[in-house]
Amino acid sequence: MTVPLSYYLVLSGIMFLTGVIGVLLRRNIIIILLSVELMLNATNINFVAFSQYFHNVAGQVFVFFTLTVAAAEVAVGLAIIIALYRAKSTINIDEFQMLKW
Amino acid sequence: MEQAFFFYFAFVIAATSVLVVALRNPIYSTLALLVMFFHVAGLYVTLHAEFLAAVQIIVYAGAILVLYLFVVMLLNLKQDVRYHRQWPMAAAVGATLVIEAIILTAMKGSTTPAAATDTETAIGGAGNTEAIGDVLYTTYLFPFEVASLILLVAMIGAIVLAKKDIGEREA
Repeated sequence: MTVPLSYYLVLSGIMFLTGVIGVLLRRNIIIILLSVELMLNATNINFVAFSQYFHNVAGQVFVFFTLTVAAAEVAVGLAIIIALYRAKSTINIDEFQMLKW
Repeated sequence: MEQAFFFYFAFVIAATSVLVVALRNPIYSTLALLVMFFHVAGLYVTLHAEFLAAVQIIVYAGAILVLYLFVVMLLNLKQDVRYHRQWPMAAAVGATLVIEAIILTAMKGSTTPAAATDTETAIGGAGNTEAIGDVLYTTYLFPFEVASLILLVAMIGAIVLAKKDIGEREA
């Protein structure tokens, strides 16, 4: 492997940071879910890079579990968004304060 | 050569992930994410994870992203959403991460992990797909079953959440 492991870690860090910034700064709840996908993909790149580095295929297996969780998260998250949109007619998270006290 | 591929994929992934967060229109954000998924799949190919690259395209680009696009177009929102006012929080988290990155870069080399113990199944020795299947259905069989349970629960949950007035009919 001519590309050092640290390059992959830096790329993954940049992606994860972008996702965190998206979650914190955006008001559109769909973009927030997209940012979560970004973070999950950053961890997946880490998993695969380490799997290649250690010559251990277990890292790639764990990417499958991440994929499963991502699919479940998307299904439930989008269902919640649709339910919220029915109730409030908006997807701006500033409007969703039912659970605040 | 390998480095050139890596830098191409890395640049496109970084640029499109910034676009996902920065673009105003959710549809454009989703399409930027699509480009990112394809390039992540390309990165997997350079890492000799060919099966994972195929799965990445099929599941992420094929299923998850279509679901996002479906919901974005179903809700059909054209309003201009501005950025959230959480600058103190964002500054705190960002500063923490930057400090952590600096510390990790400063102590680079002192914590290099021991590489390449060839005790486990070698990647690409007997084909990437075969190696993954071998480990997935022997060592990680129980997590695999639990993952299927997660998918079942998510499916039922999505139906219950998105279905209109399911409680009234039952009550």
